Amino acid sequence: MKIAVCIKQVPDSEARLRVAADRRWIDEEDLRFVVNESDEYALEEALQIAEHTDGEVVVFSLGPERVREALRKCLALGASRAVHLADEAFAGGDAIATGRALAAAIQNGGFDLVVTGSQSDDVGFGATGSILAGHLDWPHVWLVMGVEIEEGGASAKVTREMESGMNEVIRLRLPAVLEIQAGLNKPRYASLKGIMQAKRKEIATVAPSDLGLDPSVVGAAGSRVETLSVAFPESSGGAEMIEGDAATAAGVLVERLRKEARVL
Amino acid sequence: MPGKIWIVVQHRDGKLHRMSREAVVAGQKLAAAVGGTAQAVVLGHGVEPVVEALTHYELDAVLVAEAEALVDYTPGAYIGVLAAAVAERSPTHLVFGHSYQNVDYMARLAQAVGGSLVSEVVGFEQGDEGLVWRRPIFGGKLQSRLRVSGPAPVVVSVQSGAFSADEAVAGSAERQSLDSAAAVPDREILGVEEVSGEHVDLTAAEIVVAVGRGLGDPQKMGIIEDLAAALGAEIGASRPVIDSGWLPRDRQIGSSGQTVAPKLYLAVGVSGAIQHLVGMKGAGTIVAINKDAGAPIFAIADYGIVGDLHEIVPALTAAVREAKAGS
Ligand SMILES: Cc1cc2nc3c(=O)[nH]c(=O)nc-3n(C[C@H](O)[C@H](O)[C@H](O)COP(=O)(O)OP(=O)(O)OC[C@H]3O[C@@H](n4cnc5c(N)ncnc54)[C@H](O)[C@@H]3O)c2cc1C
Repeated sequence: MKIAVCIKQVPDSEARLRVAADRRWIDEEDLRFVVNESDEYALEEALQIAEHTDGEVVVFSLGPERVREALRKCLALGASRAVHLADEAFAGGDAIATGRALAAAIQNGGFDLVVTGSQSDDVGFGATGSILAGHLDWPHVWLVMGVEIEEGGASAKVTREMESGMNEVIRLRLPAVLEIQAGLNKPRYASLKGIMQAKRKEIATVAPSDLGLDPSVVGAAGSRVETLSVAFPESSGGAEMIEGDAATAAGVLVERLRKEARVL
Repeated sequence: MPGKIWIVVQHRDGKLHRMSREAVVAGQKLAAAVGGTAQAVVLGHGVEPVVEALTHYELDAVLVAEAEALVDYTPGAYIGVLAAAVAERSPTHLVFGHSYQNVDYMARLAQAVGGSLVSEVVGFEQGDEGLVWRRPIFGGKLQSRLRVSGPAPVVVSVQSGAFSADEAVAGSAERQSLDSAAAVPDREILGVEEVSGEHVDLTAAEIVVAVGRGLGDPQKMGIIEDLAAALGAEIGASRPVIDSGWLPRDRQIGSSGQTVAPKLYLAVGVSGAIQHLVGMKGAGTIVAINKDAGAPIFAIADYGIVGDLHEIVPALTAAVREAKAGS
Protein backbone atom coordinates (compact mmCIF):
# COMPACT_ATOMS: atom_id res chain seq x y z
CA MET A 1 0.00 0.00 0.00
CA LYS A 2 1.07 3.53 -0.65
CA ILE A 3 0.75 5.45 2.59
CA ALA A 4 0.99 9.18 3.32
CA VAL A 5 2.02 10.15 6.85
CA CYS A 6 1.55 13.70 8.13
CA ILE A 7 3.82 14.84 10.91
CA LYS A 8 4.25 18.05 12.87
CA GLN A 9 7.42 19.28 14.50
CA VAL A 10 6.87 20.64 18.02
CA PRO A 11 9.06 21.81 20.92
CA ASP A 12 10.48 19.02 23.03
CA SER A 13 8.27 18.28 26.07
CA GLU A 14 11.15 19.30 28.35
CA ALA A 15 11.58 22.68 26.66
CA ARG A 16 11.50 25.79 28.83
CA LEU A 17 8.86 27.87 27.12
CA ARG A 18 8.96 31.66 26.93
CA VAL A 19 6.32 33.96 25.49
CA ALA A 20 7.49 35.84 22.37
CA ALA A 21 7.89 39.61 22.44
CA ASP A 22 4.70 40.17 20.42
CA ARG A 23 2.86 37.79 22.81
CA ARG A 24 1.24 35.94 19.92
CA TRP A 25 3.25 32.74 20.22
CA ILE A 26 6.25 31.34 22.07
CA ASP A 27 9.79 32.48 21.42
CA GLU A 28 11.18 29.63 19.34
CA GLU A 29 14.81 30.65 19.58
CA ASP A 30 17.09 28.03 21.19
CA LEU A 31 14.26 25.53 21.59
CA ARG A 32 14.83 21.89 20.75
CA PHE A 33 12.22 20.63 18.28
CA VAL A 34 11.13 17.02 17.86
CA VAL A 35 8.55 15.00 15.94
CA ASN A 36 5.18 15.28 17.72
CA GLU A 37 4.65 12.30 20.02
CA SER A 38 1.56 10.68 18.47
CA ASP A 39 3.02 11.30 14.99
CA GLU A 40 5.97 9.05 15.88
CA TYR A 41 3.50 6.27 16.56
CA ALA A 42 1.71 7.15 13.30
CA LEU A 43 4.91 6.81 11.29
CA GLU A 44 5.72 3.49 12.95
CA GLU A 45 2.24 2.13 12.19
CA ALA A 46 2.53 3.23 8.57
CA LEU A 47 5.99 1.66 8.23
CA GLN A 48 4.67 -1.64 9.61
CA ILE A 49 1.67 -1.64 7.25
CA ALA A 50 3.94 -0.80 4.32
CA GLU A 51 6.28 -3.67 5.27
CA HIS A 52 3.39 -6.14 5.37
CA THR A 53 1.89 -4.97 2.11
CA ASP A 54 5.07 -4.39 0.13
CA GLY A 55 4.26 -0.71 0.05
CA GLU A 56 5.90 2.62 0.70
CA VAL A 57 5.57 5.55 3.05
CA VAL A 58 5.75 9.19 1.99
CA VAL A 59 5.91 11.73 4.79
CA PHE A 60 4.40 15.23 4.67
CA SER A 61 4.94 18.18 6.94
CA LEU A 62 3.91 21.83 6.91
CA GLY A 63 6.19 24.28 8.68
CA PRO A 64 9.31 26.43 8.52
CA GLU A 65 12.84 25.44 7.49
CA ARG A 66 13.52 23.57 10.77
CA VAL A 67 10.89 20.98 9.78
CA ARG A 68 13.38 19.45 7.32
CA GLU A 69 15.23 17.97 10.27
CA ALA A 70 12.06 16.16 11.40
CA LEU A 71 11.41 14.94 7.87
CA ARG A 72 15.00 13.72 7.62
CA LYS A 73 14.44 11.70 10.78
CA CYS A 74 11.35 10.07 9.27
CA LEU A 75 13.39 9.20 6.18
CA ALA A 76 16.04 7.63 8.41
CA LEU A 77 13.32 5.53 10.05
CA GLY A 78 12.19 4.16 6.70
CA ALA A 79 9.99 6.60 4.78
CA SER A 80 10.97 6.61 1.11
CA ARG A 81 10.60 10.32 0.46
CA ALA A 82 9.26 13.50 2.01
CA VAL A 83 7.22 16.52 0.97
CA HIS A 84 7.76 19.80 2.80
CA LEU A 85 5.01 22.43 2.62
CA ALA A 86 7.55 25.12 3.29
CA ASP A 87 6.26 28.28 1.74
CA GLU A 88 5.78 31.32 3.99
CA ALA A 89 2.17 31.46 2.71
CA PHE A 90 1.36 28.24 4.60
CA ALA A 91 2.36 29.75 7.97
CA GLY A 92 -0.10 30.74 10.66
CA GLY A 93 -2.92 28.55 9.38
CA ASP A 94 -5.81 27.39 11.55
CA ALA A 95 -6.81 23.72 11.54
CA ILE A 96 -9.05 24.07 8.51
CA ALA A 97 -6.48 25.91 6.38
CA THR A 98 -3.72 23.47 7.35
CA GLY A 99 -5.98 20.50 6.58
CA ARG A 100 -6.77 22.03 3.20
CA ALA A 101 -3.09 22.44 2.31
CA LEU A 102 -2.16 18.90 3.36
CA ALA A 103 -5.14 17.44 1.48
CA ALA A 104 -4.09 19.26 -1.69
CA ALA A 105 -0.56 17.88 -1.35
CA ILE A 106 -1.81 14.32 -0.85
CA GLN A 107 -4.81 14.32 -3.17
CA ASN A 108 -3.32 13.23 -6.47
CA GLY A 109 -0.51 11.09 -5.12
CA GLY A 110 -2.33 7.77 -5.54
CA PHE A 111 -2.38 7.01 -1.80
CA ASP A 112 -4.33 4.10 -0.32
CA LEU A 113 -4.14 5.40 3.23
CA VAL A 114 -3.26 8.54 5.18
CA VAL A 115 -1.91 8.15 8.70
CA THR A 116 -1.54 11.08 11.12
CA GLY A 117 -1.08 11.55 14.85
CA SER A 118 -4.19 12.25 16.87
CA GLN A 119 -3.22 15.60 18.30
CA SER A 120 -0.28 17.99 18.41
CA ASP A 121 1.54 18.51 21.68
CA ASP A 122 1.68 22.28 21.14
CA VAL A 123 -1.73 23.55 19.97
CA GLY A 124 -3.63 20.29 20.43
CA PHE A 125 -6.87 20.85 18.50
CA GLY A 126 -7.03 17.16 17.55
CA ALA A 127 -8.50 18.29 14.24
CA THR A 128 -6.05 18.26 11.34
CA GLY A 129 -6.52 14.59 10.41
CA SER A 130 -10.30 14.65 10.30
CA ILE A 131 -10.36 17.96 8.41
CA LEU A 132 -7.87 16.53 5.94
CA ALA A 133 -10.23 13.56 5.55
CA GLY A 134 -13.12 15.95 4.96
CA HIS A 135 -11.22 17.71 2.19
CA LEU A 136 -10.39 14.31 0.61
CA ASP A 137 -13.92 13.00 1.25
CA TRP A 138 -12.50 9.85 2.83
CA PRO A 139 -13.62 8.23 6.10
CA HIS A 140 -11.48 8.87 9.17
CA VAL A 141 -11.01 7.67 12.74
CA TRP A 142 -9.55 9.62 15.68
CA LEU A 143 -7.60 7.89 18.48
CA VAL A 144 -6.69 4.73 16.61
CA MET A 145 -5.28 2.04 18.92
CA GLY A 146 -5.12 -0.82 16.41
CA VAL A 147 -5.17 -1.37 12.65
CA GLU A 148 -5.70 -4.55 10.63
CA ILE A 149 -5.74 -4.19 6.88
CA GLU A 150 -8.34 -6.49 5.31
CA GLU A 151 -9.45 -7.65 1.86
CA GLY A 152 -6.09 -6.86 0.31
CA GLY A 153 -6.38 -3.19 1.23
CA ALA A 154 -10.06 -2.59 0.49
CA SER A 155 -11.03 -2.17 4.14
CA ALA A 156 -9.52 -1.94 7.62
CA LYS A 157 -10.54 -3.18 11.04
CA VAL A 158 -9.69 -0.37 13.40
CA THR A 159 -9.70 -0.13 17.18
CA ARG A 160 -10.73 3.29 18.43
CA GLU A 161 -10.09 4.45 21.98
CA MET A 162 -13.10 5.49 24.03
CA GLU A 163 -13.10 7.05 27.47
CA SER A 164 -12.41 5.08 30.67
CA GLY A 165 -10.56 2.06 29.46
CA MET A 166 -12.84 0.90 26.64
CA ASN A 167 -12.16 0.50 22.92
CA GLU A 168 -14.58 0.31 20.03
CA VAL A 169 -13.80 -1.98 17.10
CA ILE A 170 -15.01 -0.77 13.72
CA ARG A 171 -14.55 -1.52 10.04
CA LEU A 172 -14.21 1.11 7.36
CA ARG A 173 -13.59 1.29 3.64
CA LEU A 174 -10.22 2.40 2.35
CA PRO A 175 -8.82 4.83 1.40
CA ALA A 176 -9.21 6.48 4.78
CA VAL A 177 -7.43 8.75 7.24
CA LEU A 178 -6.31 7.09 10.48
CA GLU A 179 -5.40 9.41 13.35
CA ILE A 180 -3.10 7.38 15.56
CA GLN A 181 -3.15 7.57 19.36
CA ALA A 182 0.14 7.29 21.24
CA GLY A 183 0.92 3.86 22.61
CA LEU A 184 -0.36 1.47 19.95
CA ASN A 185 3.09 0.23 18.88
CA LYS A 186 6.78 0.56 19.72
CA PRO A 187 8.38 3.21 17.51
CA ARG A 188 11.71 1.97 16.14
CA TYR A 189 15.04 3.73 16.45
CA ALA A 190 16.91 4.88 13.38
CA SER A 191 19.77 2.60 12.37
CA LEU A 192 23.11 3.96 11.21
CA LYS A 193 22.32 2.55 7.78
CA GLY A 194 18.95 4.30 7.82
CA ILE A 195 20.58 7.60 8.72
CA MET A 196 23.09 7.24 5.90
CA GLN A 197 20.40 6.31 3.37
CA ALA A 198 18.22 9.22 4.45
CA LYS A 199 20.87 11.65 3.26
CA ARG A 200 20.22 10.55 -0.30
CA LYS A 201 16.43 10.54 -0.09
CA GLU A 202 14.40 13.36 -1.58
CA ILE A 203 12.67 16.12 0.38
CA ALA A 204 10.49 17.95 -2.13
CA THR A 205 9.58 21.52 -1.29
CA VAL A 206 6.16 22.71 -2.41
CA ALA A 207 4.42 26.08 -2.52
CA PRO A 208 0.66 26.73 -2.78
CA SER A 209 0.93 27.20 -6.55
CA ASP A 210 2.44 23.68 -6.88
CA LEU A 211 -0.73 22.35 -5.28
CA GLY A 212 -3.11 24.42 -7.36
CA LEU A 213 -4.01 26.52 -4.33
CA ASP A 214 -4.33 30.26 -4.21
CA PRO A 215 -2.13 31.62 -1.38
CA SER A 216 -5.24 33.35 0.02
CA VAL A 217 -6.85 30.03 1.04
CA VAL A 218 -3.93 28.70 3.09
CA GLY A 219 -1.95 29.90 6.11
CA ALA A 220 -2.96 32.98 8.03
CA ALA A 221 -4.69 34.48 4.98
CA GLY A 222 -6.96 31.45 4.65
CA SER A 223 -7.72 31.23 8.36
CA ARG A 224 -10.54 32.58 10.47
CA VAL A 225 -9.15 31.73 13.87
CA GLU A 226 -6.61 34.27 15.06
CA THR A 227 -4.42 34.03 18.15
CA LEU A 228 -4.61 37.34 20.01
CA SER A 229 -2.15 36.39 22.73
CA VAL A 230 -0.57 33.57 24.68
CA ALA A 231 0.38 33.72 28.35
CA PHE A 232 1.22 31.62 31.36
CA PRO A 233 -1.99 30.91 33.26
CA GLU A 234 -2.50 32.98 36.39
CA SER A 235 -1.79 30.66 39.29
CA SER A 236 -5.04 30.12 41.14
CA GLY A 237 -3.71 29.91 44.68
CA GLY A 238 -2.42 26.41 44.14
CA ALA A 239 -0.05 24.45 46.28
CA GLU A 240 1.84 25.34 49.42
CA MET A 241 5.40 25.12 48.13
CA ILE A 242 7.80 23.40 50.48
CA GLU A 243 11.37 24.68 50.28
CA GLY A 244 14.72 23.37 51.36
CA ASP A 245 17.07 20.57 50.36
CA ALA A 246 15.60 17.14 49.61
CA ALA A 247 15.82 15.81 53.18
CA THR A 248 14.43 19.00 54.73
CA ALA A 249 11.58 19.29 52.25
CA ALA A 250 10.72 15.59 52.64
CA GLY A 251 10.64 15.97 56.43
CA VAL A 252 8.39 19.04 56.27
CA LEU A 253 6.07 17.36 53.79
CA VAL A 254 5.63 14.27 55.97
CA GLU A 255 4.95 16.55 58.93
CA ARG A 256 2.26 18.43 56.94
CA LEU A 257 0.68 15.20 55.72
CA ARG A 258 0.46 13.91 59.29
CA LYS A 259 -0.46 16.99 61.29
CA GLU A 260 -2.25 19.22 58.81
CA ALA A 261 -3.80 17.01 56.12
CA ARG A 262 -3.97 14.03 58.48
CA VAL A 263 -3.56 11.50 55.71
CA LEU A 264 -0.57 9.59 57.10
CA MET B 1 -27.14 39.07 14.15
CA PRO B 2 -28.47 37.58 17.41
CA GLY B 3 -26.74 34.42 18.51
CA LYS B 4 -28.37 31.08 17.88
CA ILE B 5 -26.40 28.61 19.96
CA TRP B 6 -26.74 24.88 19.43
CA ILE B 7 -25.60 22.56 22.18
CA VAL B 8 -25.00 19.20 20.52
CA VAL B 9 -25.27 16.60 23.25
CA GLN B 10 -23.81 13.12 23.60
CA HIS B 11 -25.66 10.39 25.45
CA ARG B 12 -25.58 6.69 26.25
CA ASP B 13 -28.26 4.39 27.68
CA GLY B 14 -30.74 7.25 27.96
CA LYS B 15 -28.39 9.48 29.95
CA LEU B 16 -26.61 12.69 29.02
CA HIS B 17 -22.81 12.44 28.95
CA ARG B 18 -21.27 14.32 31.89
CA MET B 19 -19.46 16.70 29.54
CA SER B 20 -22.70 17.42 27.69
CA ARG B 21 -24.30 18.65 30.90
CA GLU B 22 -21.34 21.01 31.21
CA ALA B 23 -21.76 21.98 27.55
CA VAL B 24 -25.39 22.95 28.26
CA VAL B 25 -24.11 25.42 30.86
CA ALA B 26 -21.48 26.75 28.45
CA GLY B 27 -24.16 27.17 25.78
CA GLN B 28 -26.52 29.00 28.14
CA LYS B 29 -23.71 31.34 29.22
CA LEU B 30 -22.64 31.90 25.63
CA ALA B 31 -26.22 32.82 24.67
CA ALA B 32 -26.24 35.34 27.52
CA ALA B 33 -22.82 36.75 26.53
CA VAL B 34 -23.54 37.27 22.83
CA GLY B 35 -27.24 37.99 23.20
CA GLY B 36 -29.27 35.17 21.75
CA THR B 37 -30.92 31.86 22.40
CA ALA B 38 -29.69 28.33 23.07
CA GLN B 39 -31.11 25.13 21.70
CA ALA B 40 -30.11 21.55 22.43
CA VAL B 41 -29.59 19.06 19.63
CA VAL B 42 -29.98 15.29 20.13
CA LEU B 43 -29.15 12.63 17.57
CA GLY B 44 -29.90 8.96 18.06
CA HIS B 45 -32.49 6.25 18.19
CA GLY B 46 -34.75 5.76 21.20
CA VAL B 47 -33.58 9.01 22.77
CA GLU B 48 -36.80 10.04 24.52
CA PRO B 49 -35.33 9.92 28.07
CA VAL B 50 -32.53 12.27 26.95
CA VAL B 51 -34.97 14.59 25.19
CA GLU B 52 -37.24 14.61 28.23
CA ALA B 53 -34.31 15.56 30.50
CA LEU B 54 -33.33 18.39 28.16
CA THR B 55 -36.82 19.87 28.06
CA HIS B 56 -36.36 20.85 31.72
CA TYR B 57 -33.52 23.26 30.97
CA GLU B 58 -33.94 26.88 29.99
CA LEU B 59 -33.55 26.38 26.26
CA ASP B 60 -35.31 27.75 23.23
CA ALA B 61 -35.96 24.26 21.86
CA VAL B 62 -34.73 20.68 21.88
CA LEU B 63 -34.06 19.61 18.29
CA VAL B 64 -34.26 15.86 17.80
CA ALA B 65 -33.02 13.72 14.92
CA GLU B 66 -34.36 10.17 15.34
CA ALA B 67 -33.30 7.39 13.00
CA GLU B 68 -32.17 3.80 13.09
CA ALA B 69 -29.04 4.85 11.22
CA LEU B 70 -28.18 6.96 14.30
CA VAL B 71 -28.43 4.13 16.83
CA ASP B 72 -24.62 3.90 16.99
CA TYR B 73 -22.43 6.95 16.61
CA THR B 74 -20.70 7.24 13.23
CA PRO B 75 -19.18 10.47 11.88
CA GLY B 76 -20.82 9.98 8.49
CA ALA B 77 -24.35 9.83 9.90
CA TYR B 78 -23.81 12.57 12.50
CA ILE B 79 -22.15 15.00 10.10
CA GLY B 80 -24.77 14.26 7.44
CA VAL B 81 -27.68 15.14 9.72
CA LEU B 82 -26.01 18.11 11.39
CA ALA B 83 -24.70 19.65 8.17
CA ALA B 84 -28.19 19.52 6.65
CA ALA B 85 -29.70 21.03 9.79
CA VAL B 86 -27.08 23.80 9.91
CA ALA B 87 -27.79 24.67 6.27
CA GLU B 88 -31.51 24.86 6.98
CA ARG B 89 -31.50 26.67 10.32
CA SER B 90 -28.27 28.72 10.38
CA PRO B 91 -27.05 28.47 13.97
CA THR B 92 -24.22 30.87 14.88
CA HIS B 93 -22.40 28.53 17.31
CA LEU B 94 -22.30 24.78 17.88
CA VAL B 95 -21.16 23.86 21.38
CA PHE B 96 -19.85 20.39 22.21
CA GLY B 97 -18.29 18.73 25.22
CA HIS B 98 -14.64 17.93 24.43
CA SER B 99 -15.24 14.17 24.61
CA TYR B 100 -13.51 11.54 22.48
CA GLN B 101 -16.67 10.96 20.44
CA ASN B 102 -17.21 14.65 19.75
CA VAL B 103 -13.61 15.40 18.85
CA ASP B 104 -13.82 12.53 16.37
CA TYR B 105 -16.23 14.47 14.14
CA MET B 106 -16.74 18.09 15.16
CA ALA B 107 -13.73 19.47 13.25
CA ARG B 108 -14.87 17.75 10.10
CA LEU B 109 -18.36 19.11 10.66
CA ALA B 110 -16.93 22.64 10.95
CA GLN B 111 -15.11 22.13 7.66
CA ALA B 112 -18.17 20.58 5.97
CA VAL B 113 -20.44 23.52 6.80
CA GLY B 114 -17.88 26.19 5.93
CA GLY B 115 -17.54 27.31 9.53
CA SER B 116 -14.58 27.50 11.87
CA LEU B 117 -13.32 25.51 14.81
CA VAL B 118 -12.08 26.30 18.31
CA SER B 119 -11.24 23.13 20.19
CA GLU B 120 -11.15 22.59 23.96
CA VAL B 121 -12.04 26.03 25.29
CA VAL B 122 -11.95 26.72 29.01
CA GLY B 123 -13.78 30.04 28.84
CA PHE B 124 -14.85 33.02 26.77
CA GLU B 125 -15.38 36.76 27.24
CA GLN B 126 -17.35 39.24 25.24
CA GLY B 127 -15.44 42.54 25.39
CA ASP B 128 -13.65 45.27 23.44
CA GLU B 129 -11.91 42.71 21.27
CA GLY B 130 -15.19 40.97 20.45
CA LEU B 131 -15.85 37.41 21.56
CA VAL B 132 -12.57 35.94 22.80
CA TRP B 133 -12.03 32.24 23.52
CA ARG B 134 -9.49 30.94 26.03
CA ARG B 135 -7.88 27.52 25.70
CA PRO B 136 -4.79 25.70 26.95
CA ILE B 137 -1.77 25.05 24.75
CA PHE B 138 1.35 22.95 25.43
CA GLY B 139 -0.52 20.57 27.74
CA GLY B 140 -1.79 23.40 29.92
CA LYS B 141 1.58 25.09 30.44
CA LEU B 142 0.30 28.13 28.55
CA GLN B 143 -3.06 29.56 27.60
CA SER B 144 -4.04 31.22 24.35
CA ARG B 145 -6.76 33.75 23.55
CA LEU B 146 -8.42 33.33 20.18
CA ARG B 147 -10.82 35.34 18.07
CA VAL B 148 -12.87 34.02 15.17
CA SER B 149 -13.97 36.00 12.14
CA GLY B 150 -15.85 35.08 8.99
CA PRO B 151 -19.05 33.21 8.30
CA ALA B 152 -20.96 31.22 10.93
CA PRO B 153 -21.09 28.78 12.48
CA VAL B 154 -18.27 28.59 15.00
CA VAL B 155 -17.87 25.05 16.27
CA VAL B 156 -16.44 24.92 19.80
CA SER B 157 -15.81 22.18 22.32
CA VAL B 158 -15.51 22.85 26.04
CA GLN B 159 -12.90 21.20 28.19
CA SER B 160 -14.02 18.72 30.83
CA GLY B 161 -14.66 20.55 34.10
CA ALA B 162 -14.33 24.07 32.68
CA PHE B 163 -18.02 24.69 33.31
CA SER B 164 -19.96 23.32 36.26
CA ALA B 165 -23.05 21.25 35.42
CA ASP B 166 -24.62 22.55 38.65
CA GLU B 167 -24.93 26.01 37.14
CA ALA B 168 -27.46 24.91 34.52
CA VAL B 169 -30.51 27.14 34.43
CA ALA B 170 -33.74 25.16 34.70
CA GLY B 171 -36.75 26.02 32.62
CA SER B 172 -38.74 24.42 29.90
CA ALA B 173 -38.08 23.76 26.25
CA GLU B 174 -40.21 22.42 23.47
CA ARG B 175 -39.27 19.44 21.31
CA GLN B 176 -38.84 19.93 17.57
CA SER B 177 -37.91 17.36 14.96
CA LEU B 178 -34.90 17.52 12.67
CA ASP B 179 -34.72 15.77 9.33
CA SER B 180 -32.54 12.67 9.58
CA ALA B 181 -32.60 11.61 5.93
CA ALA B 182 -28.88 12.42 5.60
CA ALA B 183 -27.86 9.87 8.27
CA VAL B 184 -25.50 7.63 6.32
CA PRO B 185 -23.07 5.63 8.51
CA ASP B 186 -19.51 5.46 7.19
CA ARG B 187 -18.30 2.80 9.63
CA GLU B 188 -19.45 -0.66 10.58
CA ILE B 189 -19.49 -1.05 14.36
CA LEU B 190 -18.13 -4.48 15.28
CA GLY B 191 -18.17 -4.19 19.07
CA VAL B 192 -16.72 -2.75 22.24
CA GLU B 193 -13.94 -4.28 24.30
CA GLU B 194 -12.00 -3.57 27.47
CA VAL B 195 -8.49 -2.20 26.91
CA SER B 196 -6.61 -4.48 29.28
CA GLY B 197 -7.63 -7.95 30.30
CA GLU B 198 -6.07 -8.11 33.75
CA HIS B 199 -7.17 -5.39 36.07
CA VAL B 200 -5.51 -3.57 38.91
CA ASP B 201 -8.25 -1.64 40.69
CA LEU B 202 -6.60 1.63 41.64
CA THR B 203 -9.93 3.11 42.71
CA ALA B 204 -9.86 1.15 45.97
CA ALA B 205 -6.43 2.47 47.03
CA GLU B 206 -6.28 5.01 49.86
CA ILE B 207 -2.92 6.29 48.69
CA VAL B 208 -1.67 6.43 45.09
CA VAL B 209 1.86 7.27 43.98
CA ALA B 210 1.61 8.31 40.33
CA VAL B 211 4.76 8.31 38.26
CA GLY B 212 5.19 10.38 35.11
CA ARG B 213 7.61 10.64 32.23
CA GLY B 214 9.82 12.77 34.48
CA LEU B 215 11.19 9.51 35.93
CA GLY B 216 13.26 9.50 32.75
CA ASP B 217 14.36 5.88 32.90
CA PRO B 218 12.33 2.73 33.65
CA GLN B 219 15.37 1.29 35.46
CA LYS B 220 14.71 3.89 38.16
CA MET B 221 11.24 2.54 38.98
CA GLY B 222 12.67 1.13 42.21
CA ILE B 223 12.57 4.52 43.94
CA ILE B 224 8.84 4.75 43.18
CA GLU B 225 8.26 1.18 44.38
CA ASP B 226 10.11 1.94 47.62
CA LEU B 227 8.04 5.06 48.27
CA ALA B 228 4.80 3.20 47.51
CA ALA B 229 5.82 0.36 49.83
CA ALA B 230 6.68 2.78 52.65
CA LEU B 231 3.31 4.51 52.25
CA GLY B 232 1.29 1.35 51.66
CA ALA B 233 0.27 2.87 48.32
CA GLU B 234 -0.64 1.60 44.87
CA ILE B 235 1.43 2.76 41.91
CA GLY B 236 -0.35 4.60 39.11
CA ALA B 237 1.08 6.34 36.07
CA SER B 238 0.57 8.95 33.39
CA ARG B 239 -0.01 7.81 29.86
CA PRO B 240 3.52 8.18 28.41
CA VAL B 241 4.86 5.86 31.13
CA ILE B 242 2.42 3.20 29.94
CA ASP B 243 2.87 3.96 26.24
CA SER B 244 6.63 3.47 26.64
CA GLY B 245 6.05 0.09 28.25
CA TRP B 246 7.49 1.08 31.67
CA LEU B 247 4.30 -0.13 33.42
CA PRO B 248 1.25 -2.13 32.26
CA ARG B 249 -1.76 -0.31 30.80
CA ASP B 250 -4.02 -1.08 33.76
CA ARG B 251 -2.04 1.39 35.90
CA GLN B 252 -2.88 4.38 33.71
CA ILE B 253 -4.70 7.23 35.39
CA GLY B 254 -6.65 9.75 33.36
CA SER B 255 -9.30 10.19 30.73
CA SER B 256 -8.33 6.95 28.95
CA GLY B 257 -7.47 5.11 32.13
CA GLN B 258 -8.80 4.90 35.64
CA THR B 259 -10.41 7.70 37.63
CA VAL B 260 -9.26 7.67 41.23
CA ALA B 261 -10.10 9.69 44.32
CA PRO B 262 -7.74 8.42 47.06
CA LYS B 263 -7.24 10.34 50.27
CA LEU B 264 -3.63 11.03 49.24
CA TYR B 265 -2.23 11.31 45.70
CA LEU B 266 1.44 11.93 45.02
CA ALA B 267 2.21 13.02 41.45
CA VAL B 268 5.90 12.44 40.78
CA GLY B 269 7.35 13.80 37.53
CA VAL B 270 3.84 14.33 36.13
CA SER B 271 3.26 17.66 34.34
CA GLY B 272 -0.51 17.81 34.94
CA ALA B 273 -2.07 17.70 31.46
CA ILE B 274 -5.88 17.84 31.54
CA GLN B 275 -6.18 14.22 30.39
CA HIS B 276 -4.31 13.22 33.53
CA LEU B 277 -6.05 15.68 35.85
CA VAL B 278 -9.56 14.44 35.03
CA GLY B 279 -8.53 11.06 36.42
CA MET B 280 -7.27 12.29 39.82
CA LYS B 281 -8.48 15.79 40.66
CA GLY B 282 -11.02 14.34 43.10
CA ALA B 283 -8.23 13.12 45.39
CA GLY B 284 -8.35 14.41 48.98
CA THR B 285 -4.80 15.69 49.33
CA ILE B 286 -2.55 16.11 46.30
CA VAL B 287 1.24 16.33 46.48
CA ALA B 288 3.28 17.28 43.40
CA ILE B 289 7.00 16.73 42.98
CA ASN B 290 8.35 18.30 39.80
CA LYS B 291 11.52 20.06 38.72
CA ASP B 292 9.54 22.69 36.80
CA ALA B 293 7.96 25.26 39.13
CA GLY B 294 5.58 26.21 36.31
CA ALA B 295 4.19 22.69 35.81
CA PRO B 296 0.36 22.83 35.70
CA ILE B 297 0.13 20.07 38.33
CA PHE B 298 1.06 22.61 41.02
CA ALA B 299 -2.14 24.56 40.33
CA ILE B 300 -4.29 21.72 41.66
CA ALA B 301 -1.86 20.37 44.27
CA ASP B 302 -2.10 21.06 48.00
CA TYR B 303 1.63 20.65 48.61
CA GLY B 304 4.43 21.04 46.13
CA ILE B 305 8.16 20.41 46.09
CA VAL B 306 10.20 21.80 43.21
CA GLY B 307 13.26 19.72 42.52
CA ASP B 308 14.79 16.55 41.11
CA LEU B 309 12.57 13.59 41.92
CA HIS B 310 15.63 11.34 42.01
CA GLU B 311 16.74 13.18 45.14
CA ILE B 312 13.37 13.99 46.67
CA VAL B 313 11.66 10.61 46.34
CA PRO B 314 14.32 8.61 48.23
CA ALA B 315 14.41 11.34 50.89
CA LEU B 316 10.64 11.18 51.19
CA THR B 317 10.73 7.39 51.49
CA ALA B 318 13.23 7.73 54.33
CA ALA B 319 11.12 10.40 56.05
CA VAL B 320 7.97 8.29 55.79
CA ARG B 321 9.76 5.23 57.20
CA GLU B 322 11.16 7.27 60.03
CA ALA B 323 7.78 8.79 60.86
CA LYS B 324 6.09 5.40 60.80
CA ALA B 325 8.81 3.86 62.98
CA GLY B 326 8.39 6.68 65.49
CA SER B 327 4.61 6.51 65.79
C1 LIG C 1 -6.99 11.67 23.76
C2 LIG C 1 -5.89 11.68 24.77
C3 LIG C 1 -6.02 10.90 25.89
C4 LIG C 1 -5.05 10.91 26.89
N1 LIG C 1 -5.25 10.16 27.99
C5 LIG C 1 -4.37 10.26 29.02
C6 LIG C 1 -4.58 9.57 30.25
O1 LIG C 1 -5.55 8.81 30.42
N2 LIG C 1 -3.67 9.73 31.24
C7 LIG C 1 -2.58 10.56 31.11
O2 LIG C 1 -1.80 10.69 32.07
N3 LIG C 1 -2.35 11.21 29.96
C8 LIG C 1 -3.22 11.07 28.90
N4 LIG C 1 -2.95 11.74 27.73
C9 LIG C 1 -1.65 12.40 27.55
C10 LIG C 1 -1.57 13.77 28.18
O3 LIG C 1 -2.03 14.73 27.27
C11 LIG C 1 -0.10 14.11 28.55
O4 LIG C 1 0.70 13.99 27.41
C12 LIG C 1 0.45 13.22 29.63
O5 LIG C 1 -0.43 13.18 30.75
C13 LIG C 1 1.81 13.73 30.07
O6 LIG C 1 2.40 12.80 30.94
P1 LIG C 1 3.56 13.24 31.92
O7 LIG C 1 3.06 14.31 32.79
O8 LIG C 1 4.08 12.01 32.58
O9 LIG C 1 4.69 13.72 30.93
P2 LIG C 1 5.22 15.19 30.60
O10 LIG C 1 4.11 16.09 30.24
O11 LIG C 1 6.34 15.02 29.66
O12 LIG C 1 5.75 15.71 32.00
C14 LIG C 1 6.87 15.21 32.64
C15 LIG C 1 7.09 16.09 33.85
O13 LIG C 1 8.19 15.59 34.60
C16 LIG C 1 8.96 16.67 35.06
N5 LIG C 1 10.32 16.18 35.28
C17 LIG C 1 11.21 15.78 34.35
N6 LIG C 1 12.33 15.35 34.94
C18 LIG C 1 12.16 15.49 36.27
C19 LIG C 1 12.97 15.24 37.42
N7 LIG C 1 14.20 14.72 37.31
N8 LIG C 1 12.46 15.52 38.64
C20 LIG C 1 11.22 16.03 38.77
N9 LIG C 1 10.41 16.28 37.72
C21 LIG C 1 10.87 16.02 36.49
C22 LIG C 1 8.86 17.72 33.99
O14 LIG C 1 9.09 19.00 34.51
C23 LIG C 1 7.42 17.53 33.50
O15 LIG C 1 6.53 18.39 34.18
C24 LIG C 1 -3.91 11.71 26.72
C25 LIG C 1 -3.76 12.48 25.57
C26 LIG C 1 -4.74 12.47 24.60
C27 LIG C 1 -4.57 13.30 23.39
